[in-house]
Amino acid sequence: MRATVLVRPKPGILDPQGEAVLGSLRQLGFAVEDARIGRVVDLELANGGREQARAELERMCEQLLANPLIESYEIELVGDA
Amino acid sequence: MTGTGTGPKARIAVVTFPGSNDDRDAALALERLGAEPVPVWHADRELPDVRAVILPGGFSHGDYLRAGALARFAPVMGPIQRLAADGGLVLGICNGFQILCEAGLLPGALRPNHSLSFVCRDVPLTVERADTPFTARCTERQRLSIPVKHGEGCFFADSELLAELEESGRVVLRYEGENPNGSVAAIAGVVNAEGNVMGLMPHPEHAVDPLTGSTDGALLLGSFVDAARRATTAPAAV
Repeated sequence: MRATVLVRPKPGILDPQGEAVLGSLRQLGFAVEDARIGRVVDLELANGGREQARAELERMCEQLLANPLIESYEIELVGDA
Repeated sequence: MTGTGTGPKARIAVVTFPGSNDDRDAALALERLGAEPVPVWHADRELPDVRAVILPGGFSHGDYLRAGALARFAPVMGPIQRLAADGGLVLGICNGFQILCEAGLLPGALRPNHSLSFVCRDVPLTVERADTPFTARCTERQRLSIPVKHGEGCFFADSELLAELEESGRVVLRYEGENPNGSVAAIAGVVNAEGNVMGLMPHPEHAVDPLTGSTDGALLLGSFVDAARRATTAPAAV
């Protein structure tokens, strides 16, 4: 089963990368209000079972993929159940 | 610049992770201050017979994912967690600070600098607490000059955590004047609640020789060596 994890800086956390990109987009003439930059992790899971996969992905996020103090995460499961 | 000389030397472990690059400077600085540095590899499952450890600066595991996030799972981190829980002294410098935050041994997190630029220069610091094992040779409110060199040194704590740190006096060092990285409350160094684990972004090991400018780093590392020597002779007392 494939999964995608989206990791984002939490609201209120300073995101200097996002600010730099926001500035550049505005310079290019785009009317952009805000830009935040996160991270995408694509995973190929060895074990089947949606429930189990979701539980494991939660643990991966809590233990490694995200730092819960500064980042939020979203899990998307792709593929067969 | 020497240690006080008498009695057994303080034995202090200096951990090398893949990508550490300040381990040798840390060891040299400890030697100059009269301690005996003991090199330790990140894959070691046990620590040598020490009561004090330095996690040095560098770019462990290429700073992939988040600085310190991968080093935190190194085999040597198990015994370091146990040493810390047992009252041993742990000092994390720069990348070592990032590792200690990721490992949950210190509060907060270190984010990319506000400027997005790598900052490498001497910075003025204020000593907020002189009653820790890491600052005992300083006086409260003393001003130090010690270099920083990092791209991800922006200390973050949410308002609740920040209030807790301030109220419990766990902010040990603060940037004076211009904040080099955007850290909340200009925090440059913090200790854990028990006071035996400290992390800081500035590099005291690069400020022990007049040849390179300031020797203020020797005040911090000298304090650490003093405390490590006391802990070596009387294991339970920190």
